[in-house]
Amino acid sequence: MKLCQMSPTDFRRQLAGQGVWLRTGPFSLRVQSRLPRVAEGLAELYGQFEVRNPRLTFADFHIEVNPPGVLRRWFRPQVNFSFDGELPFKPLPLDQAYPMLEWGLNWCVSMHAHQYLIIHAAVVEKNGLAAILPAPPGSGKSTLTAGLVLSGWRLLSDELTLIDRKTGWIQPLPRPVSLKNESIPLIRAFSPQAFINRESHDTAKGTVAHMRPPKESVRRQHEPARPGWVIFPKWEAAAATTLTPRSKAQTFMFLAQNAFNYSHLGADGFRVGTTLIEQTECYDFHYSRLDQAIAAFDRLAATMKPSAIT
Amino acid sequence: MAAPKNLVSHALCNPDALHRYSLSDWDLLVRQARRAGLLARLRHVLEQHKRLGVIPAEARWHFDAAATLGAKQQIAVRWEVGKIAEALAGLAIPLVVLKGGAYVMAGLPAASGRLFNDIDILVPRDQLGPVEAALMLAGWHPSGLSDYDQRYYRRWMHEIPPLQHVKRATVIDVHHAILPDTARYHPDSAKLRSRAIPVAGMKNVLVLAPEDMVLHSATHLFHDGELPHGLRDLTDLDLLLRHFAFDPGFWNRLATRADELELSRPLFYALRYVRHFLATPIPQDFDGAMEHASPGAVPLAMMDALFTRALAPDHASCEDAFTPFARKAAFIRAHWLRMPPHLLFPHLFHKAFARHHENGQEPKPA
Repeated sequence: MKLCQMSPTDFRRQLAGQGVWLRTGPFSLRVQSRLPRVAEGLAELYGQFEVRNPRLTFADFHIEVNPPGVLRRWFRPQVNFSFDGELPFKPLPLDQAYPMLEWGLNWCVSMHAHQYLIIHAAVVEKNGLAAILPAPPGSGKSTLTAGLVLSGWRLLSDELTLIDRKTGWIQPLPRPVSLKNESIPLIRAFSPQAFINRESHDTAKGTVAHMRPPKESVRRQHEPARPGWVIFPKWEAAAATTLTPRSKAQTFMFLAQNAFNYSHLGADGFRVGTTLIEQTECYDFHYSRLDQAIAAFDRLAATMKPSAIT
Repeated sequence: MAAPKNLVSHALCNPDALHRYSLSDWDLLVRQARRAGLLARLRHVLEQHKRLGVIPAEARWHFDAAATLGAKQQIAVRWEVGKIAEALAGLAIPLVVLKGGAYVMAGLPAASGRLFNDIDILVPRDQLGPVEAALMLAGWHPSGLSDYDQRYYRRWMHEIPPLQHVKRATVIDVHHAILPDTARYHPDSAKLRSRAIPVAGMKNVLVLAPEDMVLHSATHLFHDGELPHGLRDLTDLDLLLRHFAFDPGFWNRLATRADELELSRPLFYALRYVRHFLATPIPQDFDGAMEHASPGAVPLAMMDALFTRALAPDHASCEDAFTPFARKAAFIRAHWLRMPPHLLFPHLFHKAFARHHENGQEPKPA
C-alpha cells in the first residue's frame, strides 16, 4: 500500500502512536512523531512510497521526531531527532522539525549503510546512465538537480550517492529534494507542477524547503543505474554554459574526500572509487541559466548511450 | 519459557535457535546488538556456527556493514599500534597493549567482530612524561576535555587524559596502572608487566599474559563507572576464557594469580556474570576455588540486582522499572571503589551539576 492510500486520520494516528513503516529506496523506516507538521510533511512528500503494518515487519531505522519535554512547549519550543532512543543532534527550533527529519535520515544512512560507498553528491539518470553531481554547498547543486528531475531526468538522490560495492551501480534513494533560499522561488517559477512544502526559516542553511520527488522516480526506486558522468556544477551570475573535461585523478581524490564512509571501507573503497572513475566521463560545468543547463545535460545524455560504454 | 528480553545474549548463547525468530524479533535483535556494539560479533558467531543463512534478507546488511567496519578497524588498530611503537622507539621501554588492541595484536578470538573506540596502552609510571611528550611529537594531543577533567585524570587516575591524533583522530589511553591510586585494590602493575608476552614480529610491543589479560578485563568491567559496552566487554571475557581454557592448567593459574594481584573479587563477579549472560563454561571445581572471593549473601543479591540490569544492552527494550536506578548505582559503586569518600563526593557533585555546561561537542545535523 502507498502512503497516499492511507486515510489522513489513520496516518496521523499511526504516526503519533506506534509509528509508520515506510520504504525509501533500499531502506525501511519506522517513523514516530506527535508533531502535526511532521505528519503534514510526510503526507505531502512521501505519498508515493510504500507503507506496511509496522508490527509484523523489520525496519532498518527507528526514528522519532518529537519535542524534548513539556517545559519547552511554550517557551521557544524545540524538536529532537531520535535514532532508536539515541539523540545524535542537539535540539532545533520546532519550526525545523520537518527538515530535521530529512537531515536525520541522511545521517542514519551515511553512518550505517557501508554496503555502499556513499558520496555526498546528487545523482540523476537519463537513458540508463547516471550523472553524479558532487559539489560544495552554494554551487547550485540542488537547484540544478530539481530542474533536471522536473525536466525528464530520473531522481536517484539529491544528497547521498549510493554506489553498490558489489556491482558498482548506483542504488536510487529518491527522497525529497532539499531546496535552500533563492532556489525555492526559482524552482516554483521554473515549474508550476513542482510541489514544494512549507519553508523552515533561520536553519543552519538559511531558509529550507523540500520538493516532492517525481512519481516516476519513486516508482523506479528499486532500479539501479550505471554511472555515466561525474559533473561538478557551479552556478555563476551571467556565466555562459560550459562543460569542460577535468582530471580523473583529481575527481577521484575529491570523491574520496567527500565520501561519508570511504575510510571505513579500506582497500575496497579505493577499488569501488577507481572503478567508478574509470567508467565515467568527468566534467566541470558552469552555468547561470537553468534552462540552458538542462539543455546541455540533455545533449550530453543524447550523445552517450549505455551501449556505447564497455 | 517467556520470550527473553535481552535478545543479544540469547542469540549469542543459542545461535541454533535463531531460525525460530520472527521478523520483529530480528528487528529488535539488530537494534539491541547495534546499541551494545555487538552486531559484528554476533555475525562472527553465526558464521562460526555456519548459521549466517538464518539472518533474514532484510536484516542482513546491518550485520555485513558492521563486519566491514570491524575488519577495517582491525587493520587500523595494527597500523596504529605500529605507529605508537615507532613514536616510543627512542625511549626503549616495553609498550604493553591492553584490551581490544591486545586481542588484535595477539590474534585472539576476542578480536573477532570487535569494534574499537580507542587503543589502550600500559607504560611504566616513571616514563609517563617522556611517553606523553613522544606521542605528542608524533601527533597525538590531549583533546576535548574540560580543565576539571584534565586535572582529575592527572591527579587521581591510573591514566593520563586521552590523546587524539590530529590527523587520523585515533584515540590512545595511556595507562600506568590498571586501577587508580585511590582504589581499594592495588594490583602491582610492575608484576603485570613482568609477565607480559612479546607480540610476534614487533619490537618492544607486548600483551599481558593470559591470566592477567582476563584479570584486567574483569577489573576494568567492574570498576568502570559507565557501562555502555558492558555486554561487549563480557563477550570479550567469554571469548578469552573459552580460548585460554584449552590449556588445562589455565584455571588453576588464574585463581592463583587473582589472589596474588588481589583481584579475586572482580574475577568472582566477572565469572558470575559471563555465566549469567553468555553461559560461559567454567569448571565446577573452580567455583570452590573462588568461594573465598564471594561477598556475603545480601551484598551478592544486591550486586545481582544491579549487574544483571546494568550489563544488559542499553536499549529501552531490555529495561525494567529498576534499570535506571541499577545503572546509576553501578556508576556510584565503581567510583566508590576507585576513590575514598572525601574525593568521591565532590567529584560526583561536580559531575552531576557541571557536566552539561562544559562539553558542547555533539555533531551538528548534516
